Amino acid sequence: MDTVLEEFLEQFTDPVLLTGLAQVAVAAVLAALVVGLSHLRGLTLERELAVALVRGLVQIVAMGSIVGVLLTVDFVWSGVILLGMMIGATWISKNRGEGLPGVVRVSFVAIVFGSGLVIVTMTLAGAIEATVRNLVPVGSMIIANAMQINSLALDRFKSEIASNRAEIEAGLALGAPPTAVISRHVETGVQASLIPVIDSLKSLGWVWIPGIMAGMILAGENPIYAALYQFVIMAMIFAAGGLTSMTSSLLIGKYVFTDAEQLRDVETDSSS
Amino acid sequence: MTPTPKLETRNLGRVVDGDRLLEDVSVSIPESTVLVVVGPSGAGKSSFLRLLNRLDEPTEGTVLLEGEDYRNLPPRDLRKRVGLVPQDPALVPGTVFENVARGPLLRDESIDETHLPELLERLGLTGYEDRDVEELSGGEKQRVAIARTLLNDPDVLLLDEPTSHLDSKAEERVEALLVDLIRELDLTVVMVTHDEDQARRIGDHVLILRDDRVDRVGPVEEVLA
Ligand SMILES: Nc1ncnc2c1ncn2[C@@H]1O[C@H](COP(=O)(O)OP(=O)(O)OP(=O)(O)O)[C@@H](O)[C@H]1O
Ligand SMILES: [Mg+2]
Repeated sequence: MDTVLEEFLEQFTDPVLLTGLAQVAVAAVLAALVVGLSHLRGLTLERELAVALVRGLVQIVAMGSIVGVLLTVDFVWSGVILLGMMIGATWISKNRGEGLPGVVRVSFVAIVFGSGLVIVTMTLAGAIEATVRNLVPVGSMIIANAMQINSLALDRFKSEIASNRAEIEAGLALGAPPTAVISRHVETGVQASLIPVIDSLKSLGWVWIPGIMAGMILAGENPIYAALYQFVIMAMIFAAGGLTSMTSSLLIGKYVFTDAEQLRDVETDSSS
Repeated sequence: MTPTPKLETRNLGRVVDGDRLLEDVSVSIPESTVLVVVGPSGAGKSSFLRLLNRLDEPTEGTVLLEGEDYRNLPPRDLRKRVGLVPQDPALVPGTVFENVARGPLLRDESIDETHLPELLERLGLTGYEDRDVEELSGGEKQRVAIARTLLNDPDVLLLDEPTSHLDSKAEERVEALLVDLIRELDLTVVMVTHDEDQARRIGDHVLILRDDRVDRVGPVEEVLA
């Protein structure tokens, strides 16, 4: 325990932090310049800008410290940490799917299955190094994207059901199986949820150089290897997201019906 | 002993989240008769038909199909036997054929090559198979919806205001088709209408609903005299 604490505290005495602080100072001067300009232009944004800047700095340093702690713990803890992130992701997804029956269970199973399968497979295959330093940040990226895709799928599915209620019930009234009646809407939800990932795959490299690749290049990696690894990350995000939204749509497609195969009420709030 | 009615409701009712949709409806529909359901808007007529097809679950009482509690039947079998033509035809984007055959298509069953053309002919839809349903008139859409339900060969046909959204010419046409169908196919029917004259022309028995309850029930010639 002592060594863990020492290791953690060492991070704060690392001389690189001094360099970091100097860089923050330069960036802060630039930012302050913008705040000052906005004041001169009478934008009355300066308070909000200043607060946002300070808040951003505090949050990101807090996050860095937490990651610092995480890097000192044992490898097995990465499983616990990732599971915690999946629970958090479920919680956030739940708000999107609010009004859909069984949304929490469905989101949890889908996110754990989709992102878990990809993380485990890629770790076993060696594409993610089996260390906390690699597993936690890469895993969190995969989970965060799975969450976003899951939210999009649920949101779209919910509005599909709400706007096609008459059609779905007309199908049920013919004695058709609920899964067949709903399959068109399940597909629409999955497709809609994957559009953003597909678009970023398409624009990869020419519209944007994504964070991981930029970071690796900054850290002195071979740019071609950085590019290849960035693609690996994108492919993992795509795979995990696809698995997640397919799982959640299929499961939610069962939860929206009663045992007697009646379409349950799906509450839609005014904002969607 | 009177024969078992084709369809019978016993104290049928439904309450959703404290809102009452229907209360204590007991009525029997003998084989090959037409029960018309009339009443003001919001009286519970559609709610009643949805309960008969078990699209909604009764919270009180039940429905008997040929004497058997319908909750003991698999819902899909029940819905094939007690077919509902909903108030809104709710056709799916596509052709007339895809809509009329929607039941077997969704159930992944083969389509009866003689039954379907015969039904299209009865409903004046011969030659319409490949037409896009978007292009159909209201009356044509309603006829597609009726054919879609009849393709299942239901024992009981439930019709929810089949002519209410139509102009008077289309209304006459659909009503005439229904009268012929009911007679020729010897159907047992429950039909909702807000038109008392139509109720007199088509119905054998009438059920008047008011404020979610039975107001009157009996032979058309007595109740709607
Ligand atoms: N799912 C539901 N939850 C709560 N109330 C409902 C629900 N469905 C219908 N209602 C209400 O129940 C009442 C009966 O509705 P229903 O559709 O059965 O009337 P109706 O007799 O068919 O009327 P119309 O002639 O306008 O079609 C209405 O007041 C309606 O607003
Ligand atoms: Mg109605």
